Amino acid sequence: MVGGEPMSARDRILARVRSALSDVPREENPDDVPVPREYERSRSGVDVVELLVDRLTDYRAQVREAPDVAEAVMEALTRRDARRLAVPAGVPDAWLNSVEAIRDDPPLPNVELNGLDGVLTGCAVAIAETGTIVLDAGPDQGRRALTLVPDYHLCVVRRDQIVRTVPEAVERLDPSRPLTWISGPSATSDIELNRVEGVHGPRTLEVLIV
Amino acid sequence: MTAFVGMPAFPEASSSAVSDAQLRYNLRKATHTIRAKRAAVVGEQPDWAALRAAGAAIKDRTLRHLDVYLERLEAAVTAAGGTVHWAADAAEANRIVTDLVKATGETEVVKVKSMATQEIGLNEALEAAGIRAYETDLAELIVQLGDDLPSHILVPAIHRNRAEIREIFASKMASWGRPAPAGLADDPRALAEAARLHLRERFLAARVGISGANFAVAETGTLVVLESEGNGRMCLTLPETLISVVGIEKIVPTWRDLEVFMQLLPRSSTGERMNPYTSMWTGATEGQTFHLVLLDNGRTSVLADEVGRQALRCIRCSACLNVCPVYERAGGHAYGSVYPGPIGAILTPQLRGLASPLEESLPYASTLCGACYEVCPVAINIPEVLLDLRSKVVAHGHVGQRVAMGAARRVLNSPRWLSVTQRSAGRLRRWTPRRLPGPLSAWSDTRDVPRPPKESFRQWWAASR
Repeated sequence: MVGGEPMSARDRILARVRSALSDVPREENPDDVPVPREYERSRSGVDVVELLVDRLTDYRAQVREAPDVAEAVMEALTRRDARRLAVPAGVPDAWLNSVEAIRDDPPLPNVELNGLDGVLTGCAVAIAETGTIVLDAGPDQGRRALTLVPDYHLCVVRRDQIVRTVPEAVERLDPSRPLTWISGPSATSDIELNRVEGVHGPRTLEVLIV
Repeated sequence: MTAFVGMPAFPEASSSAVSDAQLRYNLRKATHTIRAKRAAVVGEQPDWAALRAAGAAIKDRTLRHLDVYLERLEAAVTAAGGTVHWAADAAEANRIVTDLVKATGETEVVKVKSMATQEIGLNEALEAAGIRAYETDLAELIVQLGDDLPSHILVPAIHRNRAEIREIFASKMASWGRPAPAGLADDPRALAEAARLHLRERFLAARVGISGANFAVAETGTLVVLESEGNGRMCLTLPETLISVVGIEKIVPTWRDLEVFMQLLPRSSTGERMNPYTSMWTGATEGQTFHLVLLDNGRTSVLADEVGRQALRCIRCSACLNVCPVYERAGGHAYGSVYPGPIGAILTPQLRGLASPLEESLPYASTLCGACYEVCPVAINIPEVLLDLRSKVVAHGHVGQRVAMGAARRVLNSPRWLSVTQRSAGRLRRWTPRRLPGPLSAWSDTRDVPRPPKESFRQWWAASR
């Protein structure tokens, strides 16, 4: 209590925490509590590209290795009969060829996003072991709603963006950016534990490894 | 949604579940399915034991210096443009959230599945203030539309089968928004599609989102939400205002610590290598207004108990539910709290205190088989805490047990009393009742009363020497 003012909830909670921890020696610092980190940061094994393809397929995501981005994008869109595509401001024109790209610049209203056939982005990092694509809202990925509202997400992953393990990915990521970790299409197992792909997020995730 | 109030003690509450064949079938199928998936993905992780040890140690470090980390988190979130609020109990948290929603002028909010907001009964509090909270997780939607209670941490509608869910959607969706499609079938795909259509417009129109968080990083102020369906991303991303209610034990010290928990949680929880979606954000993001409500609500009481403190390591994965023989038969509702299963049996009595027969009965809702400890990704020794709580229940005054133990002490302390008791028991053995009378019947309800032998060892020794 300072100056006779009533104690704030903040002060009350902190006081209760401190009194609850009266068994902890005063001179103990947080870093004095040992944390053994004997888990593996990296591992050897099969090629990371092969592993990523295997894990993504396991989630029933569509995945292809593509030497030419523009050609693969065109082919994917033709196969789905998707015409109008949302595209973040920083996706290179070289990926687009003759695609009808609607740039998210200025930001498209959500209702308009909802009416588009899909979205095309790059990514920040991909984790092979868990089949995860991480987006960090970089110029070729855009704001978070962009990859959420449309029903189809086409994501381009460069080989040098692929790491094997979760610790390797965490090390590369910047927590000050909004991050979205995506492992396969949206899914639920809430009804009798049967997995159903596609609830609220994109029902189709397609990955092009270039 | 109905709240867990005035719940009977565990034995009564579980008896109806135990005799419900449909419920037992659903529970058995669900728990065994997730159990097998978990075992498979944990088995393929060569360093699981090391990850588990690190996870437990990181949480212990956090808990032993929680005051330091709370202040650090507050500073980091504030520096990133968020506003931090502190709530000592449920009423305070509900008042803070209600006021924040009112200040936006909105009367509707969308919600991500969150244990903390269920624990404090936020939906009911908002409703009383004229604000409608829409649950958006598929299972929570089933629970909310069915005016039901959740029965599992991860899959709250585990007690409902597809026919029941179809019935709930067909009859209730219309009164909450877009009605279910005509002729709705009961296959999971059609039901999920109905939920998608029902909620889509709501997401696009939502101005206020409410969430919890799986982790809060003290060092950076980053909050983390793991989910599967994308409803979480919708609620976290689309609204202009985001309010997150987070228990004070959800902190991890550093960004790097997430490399441990992002491996432990998905594999333990849904039995997946990774859950479909995880959102991580720091402060006010992409033009949003962000409020963080830090919730105590009994957690500091748990922290004060040197044995029970480890319960606060819990990352709500629900692996312990899926391996528990008691949970598998009794179901989630009998635990009388949003935290069912083994973790609920140690968390609820500590959060609320031994306040009623329900809390006193929970430490006994276990066979002490230890399966929960074995699967716990942060190595909470649940049997140890259960035993400690049992001793507290007895000390606190479990009347029947105290009287019986007092009598036993007298008899066993004196050779004369023991011999008198044994001799009279032997003589009366023909009249041994099958069920004990009065308050002692609680003991014989679940056991056969043993018949005393004709003579005791001492009598036999004296006679045949």
